[in-house]
Amino acid sequence: MSAPSLMDPDDLGRRFLARLRPGRDGWLTASVTFGLVAVALAVSALLLMLTGASPSASLSAIWTGSLATTTGWTTTLLNAAPLLLVAIGACICASAGSFNIGQEGQVLVGGLFGAWVGLRLALPGPTMVVVVMAAAAVGGGLWAALSALMSRFRGVNVVVSTLLMTFLAIQLVTFAVSSPWLQESAQGSSGIADAQSNPLPASALLAHFGQYPSLQLNAGLFIALVAAVGVALVLSRSRWGFRVRMVGLNPLAAKHTGVRVAALGGFTLALSGAFAGLAGGLLLASPVSPNRLQPGLSDNVGWDGLLVALVARNRPLIAIPVAFGFAVLRAGGDFLSATGVPYYLIDIVKALLVLAFVAPPILVDLFRRRRSGTPSTPSPLPVVPTKMEAVA
Amino acid sequence: MSVLDSTTTILSSGVRLTVPLAFAACGEYLAQRAGAMNISVEAMMLGAAFTSIATASATGSATIGLAAGVLTGLVLGFVHGNLSHRAQINTFVVGLVLNALVLGLTSYLITTEQFASHQVGMLSIPVLQDIPLIGQPLFSGRWPAYLLILLVPLTWWLVARSRWGLELRAVGENPQAADVAGIKVNVRRRQALLWCGALAGLGGAYLAVGEVGSFNQNMTAGRGYIVIAAVIFGAWRLGRTLIGCLVFGLSDAMRLALPALGVTINSQLLVAAPYLLALLAMLLFTTKHREPAALGRPFQRGST
Repeated sequence: MSAPSLMDPDDLGRRFLARLRPGRDGWLTASVTFGLVAVALAVSALLLMLTGASPSASLSAIWTGSLATTTGWTTTLLNAAPLLLVAIGACICASAGSFNIGQEGQVLVGGLFGAWVGLRLALPGPTMVVVVMAAAAVGGGLWAALSALMSRFRGVNVVVSTLLMTFLAIQLVTFAVSSPWLQESAQGSSGIADAQSNPLPASALLAHFGQYPSLQLNAGLFIALVAAVGVALVLSRSRWGFRVRMVGLNPLAAKHTGVRVAALGGFTLALSGAFAGLAGGLLLASPVSPNRLQPGLSDNVGWDGLLVALVARNRPLIAIPVAFGFAVLRAGGDFLSATGVPYYLIDIVKALLVLAFVAPPILVDLFRRRRSGTPSTPSPLPVVPTKMEAVA
Repeated sequence: MSVLDSTTTILSSGVRLTVPLAFAACGEYLAQRAGAMNISVEAMMLGAAFTSIATASATGSATIGLAAGVLTGLVLGFVHGNLSHRAQINTFVVGLVLNALVLGLTSYLITTEQFASHQVGMLSIPVLQDIPLIGQPLFSGRWPAYLLILLVPLTWWLVARSRWGLELRAVGENPQAADVAGIKVNVRRRQALLWCGALAGLGGAYLAVGEVGSFNQNMTAGRGYIVIAAVIFGAWRLGRTLIGCLVFGLSDAMRLALPALGVTINSQLLVAAPYLLALLAMLLFTTKHREPAALGRPFQRGST
């Protein structure tokens, strides 16, 4: 590092890594988590019985729709990829201590950029997909970068601005699909513009991966998996990743060791938006979706991906199984709603499960503090500063 | 319809759309002054809207429904406060999860049963309602709307003039110093969230048993977020926050009324207007440091 460091960097690194590991109360935390998950599932079953539906039949419907058949696996894996990408982005910027909650909007703007490029350009062969995906990532990244810029130069709270920008993105996409920009062909005979863009050309769509007729794996899943492993490595092993984590854990120390805290925070925010935008590109160019831009394109993938990152406690590798679990719920929920049980039940299950996974370490910590009577130990989760200018 | 009539109609519907925002904004304003960034206003409003209709349907009384809505808001404020300011879970996480939970729960429960329609009574002030232009919008409405006359000054007094409010503002600006002075920071924040919950609940219940008379899935449709936008737009002053609510309410009324009047204006722009205005207000005002300094930051004794 260019500036003189305060301590031996290796020692500093070990201290920070120690903070990232689960605490000494691993078993207690695990059992509390188990208990809370059981409570969450029991409450969901109770709600199910309220409607007169049978919990066991519903569970088997979720199973059938998500994992029991190859069609189910296809749906699950297709759902998992964008969730994972959104979650990875959330992990990066949370590691740097800024909290992006606007992924839903960034997914949509990513889809908008992807659709615009996909409909305007005609490039040969595989370059087309790459360009569409890159455009989607740039779109999401730019949308998040607006929040980063507002924070950097006017001190606007990142959490609030990313939240508000989400609602702007929804209107922006609604406006874009009802305008002639994305519709070259004649509009519907009714004269009313369809609330969706023209379909993307086939060359802009992600390739099927492998020769499985019923299991339609597409390249998106592999993009997401590679990104997860790559980001995990970069965050834990590279110098840049070390700086990012240092900014998240102790911005003041990072500043004194010569890290440009505000710039790094802004960049990670834009990067998280780019991952969300890429997820939007995946949704747009997936071989089984309608391949059009619609206001409903994101379908809560942004919010769910954020929840995945929360449950995974901002660790990209943990996010892989968590995203898979959420994808199982999404795919199974679609199937469940076909049996007459409202899909909203799945939303309740998701929210309760998130609480069950997020609360335990903090509850255990609180419990210890009560017992020992010590004033406080630092929270096991990095405290999220919401204003980067506090340290800038 | 004459110009005067249509203006009166738009104003009336604008005021009706402003009232629930104004209730919730009073609560959110107080919570934010205490440094509690409460993004679960949406959950509080939506949950209260549901329970108010459910209770009114069960008891046959819209007024009891209104009370049930306030109670729901209180419960959610209690839950939010304990998770964010006792268990110290990141307050935005808590808010997001509560919003998702209540949206899912109400959408699910509404499919399980049919609820009868209930509405609280109208209250028109005899002479004043005959004033042209503003008479109908301001002096003829559902009776809970007039509670604003009581609750707005009360909120202002609580924050600006009471000892409790002084401590509340200290907690929002500098929790460490407040703690040293013997103020229980997280207790004050939880109290602020109870006030916020009660008022947001009143706003949501007003929407359901006051204006609409029934519950529809996601009937608040982002009004909770608009309330947060209003507080930011108002730069953490109560008066300006309420003006913000009125601006947002009127823009909503315009969006609904203009197509009927044959005026074509971009409806997406009108829907986006509150958020756009709030962002612009933040861009313009934040450098003047009007935001409570500790807004959205958890307080834990011993941490800086």
